[in-house]
This record gives sequence, C-alpha cells and structure tokens, in this order.
Amino acid sequence: MNNFTATNKKNNLIQKVFYFLFLFITLIVILFVFGIVIYLIVKGGSAITWEFLTKKPSGGMKEGGISTVIIGTLYLMLGTLIFSLPVGIISAIYLNEYARKNRLTKMIRLSIVNMAGVPSVVFGLFGLGFFVMFLNFGRSVLAGSLTLSLLILPIIITSTEEALKSVPDTLRHASLALGATRWQTIIKVVLPQAMPGIITGAVLGLGRAAGETAPILFTAAAFFQPNLPKSVFSQVMALPYHLYVLVTQVADAPDDKKWGTALVLLLIVLAFAVIAAIIRTRARLRKRE
Amino acid sequence: MSRLLPRFKKFKQFLIYRTVFLSGIISVIVLGLILAFLLYNSFKFFANYPVFEFLAGTRWAPTSDPEKFGILPLLAGSALVSFGAIIIAIPLGIGTALYIGELAPKIVREILKPVIEILASIPSVVIGFIGMTLLSGYIKKIFDLSTGLTALTGSIMLAFMSLPTIISISEDAINAVPNSYRFASTALGATKWQTSYKIVMPAASSGILAATMLGLGRVIGETMTVLMVTGNSPRLVFSMLQPVRTITGTIAAEMGETVQGGLHYSSLFAIGLILFLITFLINFIADRFVNRARG
Repeated sequence: MNNFTATNKKNNLIQKVFYFLFLFITLIVILFVFGIVIYLIVKGGSAITWEFLTKKPSGGMKEGGISTVIIGTLYLMLGTLIFSLPVGIISAIYLNEYARKNRLTKMIRLSIVNMAGVPSVVFGLFGLGFFVMFLNFGRSVLAGSLTLSLLILPIIITSTEEALKSVPDTLRHASLALGATRWQTIIKVVLPQAMPGIITGAVLGLGRAAGETAPILFTAAAFFQPNLPKSVFSQVMALPYHLYVLVTQVADAPDDKKWGTALVLLLIVLAFAVIAAIIRTRARLRKRE
Repeated sequence: MSRLLPRFKKFKQFLIYRTVFLSGIISVIVLGLILAFLLYNSFKFFANYPVFEFLAGTRWAPTSDPEKFGILPLLAGSALVSFGAIIIAIPLGIGTALYIGELAPKIVREILKPVIEILASIPSVVIGFIGMTLLSGYIKKIFDLSTGLTALTGSIMLAFMSLPTIISISEDAINAVPNSYRFASTALGATKWQTSYKIVMPAASSGILAATMLGLGRVIGETMTVLMVTGNSPRLVFSMLQPVRTITGTIAAEMGETVQGGLHYSSLFAIGLILFLITFLINFIADRFVNRARG
C-alpha cells in the first residue's frame, strides 16, 4: 500500500514537471511572436508618418516615403487575385462536385499537396523561365502576379474545397429535384453557401502573396523605380523586396526607413489575417443560429 | 427549334465540364510545367559541364576562371541550416502541439491558435531582418565570433518559421486519436501524462512524423531569411558557427547578376532542379504518412 502511494506521488511529480515544461515551451513560442510584433511596432512606429506613407521614395531610397512601393504591392495582389481566384475555385468545384474516385483524382490531390510544398524560389525560377522569358512578358506586374497566383493556388483550392464539402448534400438534391442542371445547382445553391469559406481562403492566400519576396525577385520587382507602373508590362517596387534592398543593398540606408517599411509590410499582412479570422468567426456564429 | 434547344444545352454542359476539368487538373499541369522548364533551362548547363563535377565538386565559384559549379558546399549549407532548424523545432513544435491538444483549457487554445496564425503570416523578409539586426548580435557575442551571420543564426530563425506547419499538423494528429483510448488508459490507473506520453503520442506518431517532414520541406525551401542571416559564404564547412550559403540563397543572390542564357544562369536552374526534387521527395513521403495517420 505504501509502495503504491509512493509510485503515485512519483507519477504525479513527473506529470507536473512535464506539464510545466510544455507550458514553458508554449510560452517561448508566444513570446517569440509577440516579441517580433511589439519590437517592430516600437522601432517602426515613429517612422510611420503621413509623409512616409504618401511620398515617393527618393534620394537613392534614403529620402522620401514608400507610397509607390505600397501601391506596387497592391497591384501585384490585385493581379494575383484576378488569376488565382477563378482558377482555384473552379478547380475545387471539379474536385468536390465532379471528380470520381479514381487514379486521376488521386494524382490531382497529390499534385496539390506537392505544389504547396514547392519552395517559393523555385516558383520564382519557373516564373522567370516561363512567364518572363518563354511567354516574353518581361519582368512585369503581369509576370509577377501570375507567379504569385501559382504560389497561392493550393491554398485557394484547399480552402474552397473544404467550404464546398461543408455544404449539405440535401441542398444539392433539392435543387436538382427542382429541375436545375448540375452547373446551375453549383452556381446558384452551392457557391453562395460556401462563400465565407472561399473568401477566407482567398484572403489568407493574398496575405501570403503580399509578404513573398523570392517569387517576385526575378519576375516583377524593381530595385528602384519610384513612379507607378505605366502598364501591366512594367516593373514595380514592392514592399518585401524594398525592405530586402534597404537592409542589404543600400549602404547606410536610414534605420527609420527600414523599420517603417518592415512595420507597414507586417501590418498589411496581419490585416489580411485578421480579416480572414473575422469572416470565419462570423460565418461560424451564423451557422450556429 | 425545339429540337435545337436541348442540343445546345447539352453542348453548353459539355463546354462547362471541359473548362471545369481543365481547371481541375491545373495543379498537375503546373507541376509538370515547373519540372519541364527547370529541365529546359538547365539543359545548357548539363550539356556543357560534367555532371560528376557538379554533384561531387567542392567549390562553387561561378565567376572565377575557369568557373566551378560544385553543388556540395551549397548542399552542405542547406543541410546544416535545415537540420539545425528541425532539431530546434521538434521539441518546440511537438511540445506546443501536445500542450494545445492535451492540456490547454479551451480559452487558452482559442488564444493560441491566432498567435500561431500570426507567426505563419509574418513575411520571411521581416524574420530575416530581425535575425540580422537582433539575433546575429547575440550569437556573435555569446560565441565570440567575428560575424554573427552563421548557420546557427539561420537555424534558429527558420525553426520558428517551421513551427506553424509542425504545430498545426501534429495537433490535428493528436486530436484525431479517439477519446476512448484516453478513457481506457486512465481507467487502468494511468495518469494523464502517462496517457499522453504512452498512448496518445504513439497513436499520433504517423501524423507527428509527417508534420516534421513537412516542416523540414518548408525549411529547406525557405529563401529570404537564410539569404539575409547565414552570411552567404559558399565555402564547404561543417560548423554551425560559420557563415554558409544554401541552395535557395545562391539562386536568389546570383540570379540578378548573371547573363541571361549563359552557363551561370543555366547552372542556377540546375540547382533549382535539385532543390525541387529534394522537396518533392520530402513532401511525397510526408503525404504517405499523413494518409497512414488518417488510416
């Protein structure tokens, strides 16, 4: 009996030690995340002035602001949205509504998983080889947007498919029973139901695209081009590449420009994450009602 | 007219199906195109440079005369940084996943999830910037080095970047373990920790392994952070405390300086091809484990 309580005590102690260890590990992770966010806000907060946000970069990027850099990033995101959203949604519709359980479908799923794992710099190489050189788009908003679209396609396909899956089959059957075609059912019944999930995926994907540097390095980003692009075939400045250039390529670039750029980039990306979270929570709450 | 209408409708359905089908297989097409264009652009390199010297060469000096394209220093750089990162990330990732999945009260879980999503969304160039300005200074001081931009600096930053992948997939695996296992174990007198350690962890091991593999894939392919914090020295070294150059960093750093269509340009596609094959293999294996975990 005594022995039994001793083992029990020992076990409880071990449990406490490990629980504490895991709590500690989790706290390290939380601290890292908050540390970065808060550090950037403290360091970059003072750099963000009206002038910084509304003026073009000038004086070899050591003066002026980042207005056209922000707009460049927004252009790339808009381009990415235009290409990736329709293709991604239709691809998910195929997988969820049309595809049979066969080898091809298996291969498609495996491809999506693998595409999500392709390094971003390889997408950059592909964009350079295919869009910039082979299709002769040159280094441009067009080539960069297309490259980024491919990068986020797996995100959009997977989240759209999840959303389509959550639409109950009874709705599809009801629509088909009323004489609607398969396509009409998808467009008018299934898609509206799945919309919050699809938008969440799109927003998350766009946030990812906004922060990526490697894919636009050889396909779209300009080292220094303070004016707005004239057409989709012009190069643009973009926030992530601009930050990279300020930090590593421009000798004695002022610190406040670096931290300010980093903070603006972080805030844009975080804004997308927050918007996605809000849409998701609202959809969840509505469903509960 | 009445006969034409159904025919037109059928044709329209057919067209829609074709479009949908083409979009459906887009991922297969894109993967095929990526492989094709990596091969196409690296063809010049493989035709003009001996493959053995490429795969077994110990010097990467594309601008020296004669130019050397040995991939070993870059592979060693990638391997050092990645394994360092994964060794740091495994305890952090699995520990956090266990905490979230097994221990954390619901409210803590609801707070932790967005924190990890934020971590996933921080751009790699920002992480690289922080690594350069903050961490490298500490590394330099602690180990008394001439530069703080080392493989270890890269490993630490990359470890945190791989955490969202490792945590979320491990946690899914832990959640997928049926509660009846836990109840059976505790009914036999096991403590909660013994249950987690001896029942839940083994049951979730396939998923946790897959999570680690995917984290490794993420780390090997990461570009901007390593480019900024590992010092970019393409020498063959085997120390965590020296500057290294990874495959990804080489592509990103040198592509801007090459003549398009030249041998050096083509060699960068060749190492890109190697990188693509490595990550493809890792993801392929990870996918098998994920499927096994799903049963």
